[in-house]
Parts: sequence; C-alpha cells; structure tokens
Amino acid sequence: MFSRRSFIQGAGAAAGAAVLAGSKPAEAFTFAEFFQKHYKELTPKDKEAIFKRIEHETKAAYGVDVTITDPPPIPEVEFAYFLSLTRCNGNRKCVEACVKENNQSRDPAIQYITVLEMEAGSFDLVEGDRYYNPPEVPRKDKFYLPVQCQHCRNPPCVRACPVEATWKEADGIVVVDYNWCIGCRYCMAACPYEARHFNFTKPSIPADQINPNQSYLSNRIRMKGVVEKCTFCLHRTRNGKYPACLEACPTGARKFGNLRDPNSEVSQILKHKRVYVLKEELNTRPQFYYFFD
Amino acid sequence: MRNYLNYWLSMFRFAIKGGKLYYLWVGFLVALIGWGGLLYYHQLVEGLIVTHMSDQVSWGLGIANFVYFVGVAASAVILVFPAYINRNQDIKEVVLLAQQLAFTAIVMCLLFIITDIGRPERFLHMIPFMGGHLNLPSSILAWDVVVINIYFVLNLYVPAYLLYMRYMGRQTKWYLYYPLIFVLMFFAIGIQVSEAFLLSGLGSRYFWNTAILAPRFIISAFSVGPAIFYLVFLAVNYHTKLAVKSTVFDYLKSVMRVTLPINLFLLLCEIFKELYPGTLHAASAQYLYFGLKGHHLLIWFIWPATIMNVIAALLVSFKQFRNNQVLFLIACHLCILGLWIEKGMGLVIPGFIPTPLGEISEYYPNLDEVVLCLGIAAIGALMFTVIAKVTTGVLTGELRYEKKSSLKERD
Repeated sequence: MFSRRSFIQGAGAAAGAAVLAGSKPAEAFTFAEFFQKHYKELTPKDKEAIFKRIEHETKAAYGVDVTITDPPPIPEVEFAYFLSLTRCNGNRKCVEACVKENNQSRDPAIQYITVLEMEAGSFDLVEGDRYYNPPEVPRKDKFYLPVQCQHCRNPPCVRACPVEATWKEADGIVVVDYNWCIGCRYCMAACPYEARHFNFTKPSIPADQINPNQSYLSNRIRMKGVVEKCTFCLHRTRNGKYPACLEACPTGARKFGNLRDPNSEVSQILKHKRVYVLKEELNTRPQFYYFFD
Repeated sequence: MRNYLNYWLSMFRFAIKGGKLYYLWVGFLVALIGWGGLLYYHQLVEGLIVTHMSDQVSWGLGIANFVYFVGVAASAVILVFPAYINRNQDIKEVVLLAQQLAFTAIVMCLLFIITDIGRPERFLHMIPFMGGHLNLPSSILAWDVVVINIYFVLNLYVPAYLLYMRYMGRQTKWYLYYPLIFVLMFFAIGIQVSEAFLLSGLGSRYFWNTAILAPRFIISAFSVGPAIFYLVFLAVNYHTKLAVKSTVFDYLKSVMRVTLPINLFLLLCEIFKELYPGTLHAASAQYLYFGLKGHHLLIWFIWPATIMNVIAALLVSFKQFRNNQVLFLIACHLCILGLWIEKGMGLVIPGFIPTPLGEISEYYPNLDEVVLCLGIAAIGALMFTVIAKVTTGVLTGELRYEKKSSLKERD
C-alpha cells in the first residue's frame, strides 16, 4: 500500500501551499483537502494543521477570525434530550437560536429543528403543518411537535453511509465528517426524522453573523455538496454548557443532561414522567425523548 | 502486445468509417453529450441546487435512471444463459452484443451516480486500498458499489476476450472465460437484488420497505431487457451485414410472454398489500395512484405507465397480436417506456412523498436534469453504436487480423 502522506509531502505540499497562500475562497479545490484522511485516522498533528487551514480559509472567504476546536466525548456521559410537549408552544425560538449557533446557511435556509403544528387528537404526521404562521402561538386545538436529530442508538443513517463519513460518538452524538462525506444523500433517505440536510449549494451566511466559536465535527461552516445535522451543539455540551436551542426556549420545554448520572434532571424525568419516543416501531432507540408534565 | 495495439487501431479505423446516416447519428449524439456536459459543468459550479431536488425529495431523475439501467444491465443474462450454458448457437452468435449492451448500461449507471453526488471528486473515499472506507458489511450502498463494479469488470473482460480471439482467428481457451460466465450470471442477479435492497432496506420508507421489491426488479428487468434486445437486433439486421437468426427473436418473444404478465401480477400484489388494509403506511401509494391532500402530480405519470404496461402485456400474451410484427414492436416500445416511468417517477420519487415527517413536497425534473440524463443516455448510445459496429465487423469477418496488410499499413 502506498502512503498518501509521503505524496502530500512531495508534490502535493508545494501545490497545496501555493493554493493556500493565495486568498482562495473556501470552496476552491486544494490538494490538502483532496488527500485529507478520514477524521478517525487523523493524528493530533494532522488535526492542528487542518484546523489552521480551515481557520485560514474562513478568514480568506469571510474576513472573520474563527477558532476551530475538537472537544472529545466526556467519559461516562450519555447525553439525552427531553422535550415537554405540554410546555412547547410552537414559538420556534429554538430554530432561530440553532441556525445562529451552528452557522447554518441562511439562503437557502437550512434548519435542524422542524416544528410541526399538530391537530389535537392525532399523531398523524401528514396532518401536521411545518409552515404554520399565525399572528400568535399557541393556537387553539393545536399542539406543537419539534423534531430534530434523535441521535438514535440504532441509527439508520450511520448504517446507510457507504463511506463511514458519519458515526456515533461515545457520548451518543451522531456526527458527520464534512470533509469525508461524498454527498450521496443515502443517509437522508434512511433517516426517519428528516434530521439530515444537504448543502445543495455553497451555504451563505452574513459575515457579521458567523459564530466564531466552532468545532470540526459540529458548527464549522460547511461546504457545498455535503450533508449536515444537529450535533447536540457538541462544542457547547462537551464543555459543560447547554445546547443553544435549550437556552433559547422561553417555556422551559427543553431538558438536557447525562443519562448515566442517576441524579441528573434527565434521569429523573425518565424515571418519573410519562415519556415516549418518536416512531418507536422503527426501533431506532432515540436519545431524544418527549414527555408530558 | 503489438497485435493487440494493432487490433485497437484497426477497430478505430473501422469505427470512424460509415455512411452519411452514421455520421449524422454520431454527430447528433455528440451534440447531446456536449449539451449535457455543459449543464453538468454548471451543476458542478453551482451545486445540485440547479436541480429540482430538495431535502424532502433528495433523489430525483438521476437515481431513477440509475435504477432502470441497472435492470437493463442485468437483463443480458437472459441471453447469456442460453448462449453459454445451453449452447444455443444462434444466440451465441449475438450474445456478445447483449453483453456489450450490459456493459454500456453499467457505464451509464456509474455516470448517473457520479453526476448525482455532491462531491464527486471524493471518489477515493470509496476505494478501500487507496485510503477509502467502504462501509461493509452494513451499508447496502457500499455493497452496491462493490457488486456493480465487479459486474462492470466481468462484462468488460469476457466479451473483450472473446471478441479479440475471434478477430485473431484463434481458438478460445475455456478456462480463461467460461468459469467467469457463472460468476457473471450470479452478479447480474446480484446487482438487481442489491439495488432493490438499497431501497427496501430502509425501514422508514414504507413504500419501498417491501419484500417483493427484489423480485419485481428482476422481473421488470427481464421484461425491458428482451424488448430492448429485440429492437437492437432488428437494427443490427437492418444496418449491418450480421444476420440475427429468427430463432433469437422468437426466443426473446417467448421470454416477454412470460415476464410481462408476471410483472403485472407482482404489481397487483403490491397494490393490494398497500391499499387494501387502508393504513397510513400506504400514504405514498395513495399519493402515487390517487393523489393525497390535493397533491396529485404523479398520477399523470403512473396511470399512463400502467396502461402502457397492461397493453404491452396483452399484446405479447395473444398469439394473433404477438405474431403481428407491427403490434409486437408497439408492445416493445410500450414496455420499455412504461417500465421506465414506473421504476423512476413511479417508484423512486413516491418513496419520498410524503416525507417521514409528513410533508407533501412534489417533485418533477427540470430541464437541467433532463438534459443531463439525455447526455448520459447519449454517451451510452454512442458507446454502444461504436462497440456494436466494431463487434458486428469482427463477427462477420469484415474486420479480422491480417498479418501482411497490417504491417504494410504501419509503414
């Protein structure tokens, strides 16, 4: 087997460096990107170089200084999200906060959270409406069902991916290596929750709205032609903060924590409230629960 | 080695010689390829946003065509089996053409995939020994990549070997190709099955998640394939010096007599299972055949397709229709077109509608997608035209190894 590394250090490095030195936009083809290895094969040194490169490219493209980090999963942590359908009133502050936090494309708009306005008395999703736009929420005889990545314990998307560009981390978060994804969109066909979104074109984000606190596997600015999804804001949650959607929720419908800790709020909800998961019959075993209180 | 290079040279010379009609046809195809190429470049620059695909309907015309042409590629086995295993001499005389058609179809399939993915330049990620990570055994798409590429290589090698031996006038050595025929037949079924499992393996897409999908794919491939071969052999009879025997046409007819009605029967089974219980899982089928909540774009595709398939099945089932050449040719065209619509707009697209969260987002291809697919079809047609021309040349002996003349020409 020939070593790609040696190749990069030879012919590729000069060309790659030349491309990087010029102020090329982030979308440009680079040898460094072309020969970049799978995330799991990267050494700390590789990562350092790649993060530098991405920071440099972002600066060149948007004129914004960003920091790329790579917080690892915390040992003995299994993240879980709980959402109270009693409290959620469909105000969609979570959607807004998520878009800002995760540097999602504004045009075309990509949103990780879909809030469905449901008819009271039915869980038939076809009867739900995601484009509801009344002057005031909640509306009478409706309830609201926010859906985002359920971080399944048995994720159909991970099984589907032909190149292992998406996987489940030790804390349960399902991530995508945006530099490895080939854009076949089979994971999107496999996902029962519409959690995955494709960059049909280069994402557009106003430079002054870029969140500079970025991580490699979550909210760094994506490129054209790859799939992205909710990552439980791992750049926040692995550093002891709450996800952005939770902090933005004015009703307190959203709860987040560590299921391995029996005293955590989420463990208590699981034990004492009426809890259910979406599409349980598919046996995806989500780490995202709904409850009533 | 020198002989082999000369072989290519003489094939090339043979391929570029032709009548006015030939040049017109090739020119037309090249123009289509150019147009498709131009739009593909546009798509590469702008991204897949130039198509009508969306997060809701994330696969469109490209994948629909992919699914169809995998069937065409697999159907060569219809002729491979009697030619090599039953040693039917008449079929063996033309089986190379069928295998080359399969090879062409596979090339088209690969092109449909490459032009449909978001980052085609990352193809290395799929090649295991080049640093890639093929997600085996869990991803059916990874299996598909493997199976299709093996079928591609087999269909490249076997006909090429046999043709070269024929050209050189040498005896073939059975151990250099015969065992591969068995492997090839196995993989012909394999590409259909992996294609079907790709869709039926998704638990949340109820429309695809059905055990009958693989059998349906195989039967519909064995309906379309013979119809295409029938038309191709007619063209070969008309345009080249190679005479395809009438027994070959009779054989193809007899295959269609069996497969077309079975195809309808399997469709009936599927429709019954979907619609009779009246559950919400039938939403896609409901949408496809009757429309759902005021949306009914696809009924304009599925009903004509179904009617075409029914008429084609009736035409091949009754002796008096079947033996009328005009009516039978109509049946071939209806079958090719009807199943193309049924497998594409009628199978791939409704799987996405409604979405898993219940949105009804309709899809129809735009001009960019249509022209891109036409461009790929033109590449296939051009490839097959040239290959078939050369092959018939070799088979009729117009094109063969001549020691002296080839040396002379090189001077």
